[in-house]
Amino acid sequence: MRDVELAVNGRVRALRVDDRHTLADALREQLGLTGTHLGCEHGVCGACTVLVDGEPVRSCLMFAAQAVDAEITTIEGLAQPDGTLHPVQQAFSDCHGLQCGFCTPGFVLTAVHLVETHVVDAAAGPLDRDAIRHELSGNICRCTGYQGIVDAVERAVEIRLR
Amino acid sequence: MKPAPFELVRPATVDDAVAVLADPAADAKPLAGGQSLVPLLAMRLATPATLVDLNTIGSLTGIDDTADERVRFGAMTRQSTLVRSRRHGLVAHASAWIGHTAIRSRGTIGGSVAHADPSAELPSVAVACDGVIGVAGPDGSRTIAAVDLFESMLETTLRSDEIITEVTLRRPQRWGFAEFARRDGDFALVLAVIAEVADGWRVVLGGVGPTPWRCRDAERLLDDSATDMSGLDEAILDAVADTVETFDDVHASAEYRRAMAAEFTARALADMADREPGDA
Repeated sequence: MRDVELAVNGRVRALRVDDRHTLADALREQLGLTGTHLGCEHGVCGACTVLVDGEPVRSCLMFAAQAVDAEITTIEGLAQPDGTLHPVQQAFSDCHGLQCGFCTPGFVLTAVHLVETHVVDAAAGPLDRDAIRHELSGNICRCTGYQGIVDAVERAVEIRLR
Repeated sequence: MKPAPFELVRPATVDDAVAVLADPAADAKPLAGGQSLVPLLAMRLATPATLVDLNTIGSLTGIDDTADERVRFGAMTRQSTLVRSRRHGLVAHASAWIGHTAIRSRGTIGGSVAHADPSAELPSVAVACDGVIGVAGPDGSRTIAAVDLFESMLETTLRSDEIITEVTLRRPQRWGFAEFARRDGDFALVLAVIAEVADGWRVVLGGVGPTPWRCRDAERLLDDSATDMSGLDEAILDAVADTVETFDDVHASAEYRRAMAAEFTARALADMADREPGDA
């Protein structure tokens, strides 16, 4: 066991982790941030995706003790303190981009990175439906509600560029 | 699914990392980006007692040009950085085929080369660009030609107490790349890399055998063609189809792989023809 400090959603949290605890384990079981979902636990399904220093990362493939010098953003860190949803969350709600919701946190965080990267670098070309599908292909939805998810990402880009 | 218990060591220097790896009592394995090793730990296909985390070693990052026109990549350079940096056109293009964005955020060039999956992009690119792999061990450092590193499927000639510190690649004058995977982001069923490097052509196929495979007959055809490549394509594809030694598995028959090896060599040639010289 080792004592670590993790910067999660803008707050530094002290916790004690086992070396084999993944970042996902620490977020869920020690910090109570159960919005990060674990599907396959070996890096295939994308459900546990969080942002580490702004980049999407599988939190099941990184150990908690490796995250000590990073800024971590989970699904709980996206909305404003007054409850106003992040544009990507709002778009998922508007476009019915979720059904059972299990895969949703991973999709939303993957999409936040995709949309923000695109907004910063819109000159890189349009984010069309093929490009969105390609970028989301590492996240699996077993309800297979992909149409609504792709709609939501298109809508999120519109909201952010408005 | 949880990894079996282990101790995570986070060294600051290559020497510290190698010292742990060289201690037989530690039963240690190096941990790079973790995108292949951590799934193996989770499924308990690997159960080392110690993991040596290379992410804390600052000297293993960075990309620079060498005096002899090569590009030197620190082993812990992330695949996302390879895609963005554009320092080596073929490396940037091929790296975008690795997994997904969230995999490339963590995955590294050294980790991919050390894992030696014959269906992965970077091992074939390393062979095509006359890669030289810098290695550190308890007796100091040495270099291994990429073509001599890959011994068999997931097997390299690295010793268990050595780590890769850098991967140095030639920048091809011309290159083409083509890959087929059944799903976006999967390992390749077959991939083809064609590159003209300092003294000749390299035609390398991934996914067809236990290591990246050079089609020497196709390379000879290109080398002998001087500048006139017209009418060569058919002969090159025949050379690939006639000499590739491939295999059957659950994903594809050997005959299908043979046909795909020739087809994706054709697509790599077409990709090369479409590229501007500045892409090198």
